[in-house]
Amino acid sequence: MMDDLAARTKALIARQPAGPHVETSIVGFLQRLCAAATRALAVSGAGVTLMAEDGVRGLVTASDPATERIEDVQFVLGEGPCIDAFEARRPVLVPDLADGALSRWPVYTPTIHDSGVRAVFAFPLQVGAGRLGVLDLFRTRPGPLTAEDLAQALVFADVAVGTLLDGQERAGAGAAADGLVEAMDSRAELFQAQGMVMVQLGVPLIAALARLRAYAYAENRPLAEVARDVVARRLRFDRDQP
Amino acid sequence: MTTVSAERLAQVFVEVADTMIDEFDLIDFLHMLTDRTSTLVDAAAVGLLLADQRGQLEFLAASDENTKLLELFQVQNSEGPCLDAFRTGTPVVNADLAEAAGRWPRFAPRATAAGFRSVHAFPLRLRSQVIGALNVFGSQPGPSLDDADVPIVQALADIAAIGLLQERAIRRGELLTEQLQGALNSRIVIEQAKGVIAQARGVSVDEAFTLIRDYSRAGNHRISNVARAILTDPAQLSELVNP
Repeated sequence: MMDDLAARTKALIARQPAGPHVETSIVGFLQRLCAAATRALAVSGAGVTLMAEDGVRGLVTASDPATERIEDVQFVLGEGPCIDAFEARRPVLVPDLADGALSRWPVYTPTIHDSGVRAVFAFPLQVGAGRLGVLDLFRTRPGPLTAEDLAQALVFADVAVGTLLDGQERAGAGAAADGLVEAMDSRAELFQAQGMVMVQLGVPLIAALARLRAYAYAENRPLAEVARDVVARRLRFDRDQP
Repeated sequence: MTTVSAERLAQVFVEVADTMIDEFDLIDFLHMLTDRTSTLVDAAAVGLLLADQRGQLEFLAASDENTKLLELFQVQNSEGPCLDAFRTGTPVVNADLAEAAGRWPRFAPRATAAGFRSVHAFPLRLRSQVIGALNVFGSQPGPSLDDADVPIVQALADIAAIGLLQERAIRRGELLTEQLQGALNSRIVIEQAKGVIAQARGVSVDEAFTLIRDYSRAGNHRISNVARAILTDPAQLSELVNP
């Protein structure tokens, strides 16, 4: 059931026409992801902002130039649901900006209200302690996301995470985020293996995640199986190997 | 067989109320609740699963964490007492694992192999919604919960559900999603931290969890905060991370 949703989500992204960016680039993929999310979730626009662990903003992409400017606003002002979602490591869902948002974000709220936005839904792009950025959905009318839309929005976020981890040569081709499409019995092991590989390689968590996925891809083995071998200490990653 | 002492039960309720006024952390709260439930009904293990937005049951906390038990929780995504309690909204009580291989062909043999004899599952109900299940395992032959225990454990499950909404602004349905997704991610952070400690100290992931839990308890830290620090700032925790 879950795999279906992930597969359908990727098909939606693949169907989007390519933007001005090269088809295979990460930026191009994220733009198409934003465009697909905008259509599938009946929102007015979607944006992805990549962020460093310390919260410094990196690349900003969006479904369209107007949304890109809206996505940018919170980082110019230094406040907003998306920044909060990143910091709190959980979604921040604001179905109606007229309801309490002003006291929470006194500068941000009137600014994007002026741009016509009435609802914002922000989803962190993360796997446990490894964080990559935020996916934001904007809508010009107030109201909550349906349960189905919420589930699909989370899958869009997972697909974005997977693509960011896999890099541009496998953009859109690889599995969804760690754990999502793998056998559920081994989810704990998958995350345990990430922590182990982080120490084995002496790298940040995100890099360890990417290495695990790249290894599974290169060996053509399920990620869950690779993780199991790591936890059982049958497989060890070396600092010297590429 | 066990009958819950009224005094012990009162203590648990006071403790729960205390947690709710304090600054609230869902994972710590659920750990405490599974721990106390286990002591109250003299269970071998108690765990708690919550449904995520995709309708998958996800493990969040248990009285005891070891790899075998974690697998027992995870397998209940496809079958098992928790899935039954979650789908029907009614408790599964005193299921004899020796006779459950037909009902749960994957779950029952694994639970038996892990040393359990009986199993129970109580739905976590929030208004009209079922949002997860509380799983109780017994290691003695025969029914491990008596009739008087059942409503008590169900009450504890109901408290767990209320705990999910325990933030200042309870009004919004969005908050449940935010809380749940945050807690699920904290759960992943704990698994990642187990891996770091297991590798850095050359121990099993089960032993790693014990080290993290003991460190958190000794310093009165939240386990999710300690787990996150292990991953983001291990130098700060050198006594825990380094052998």
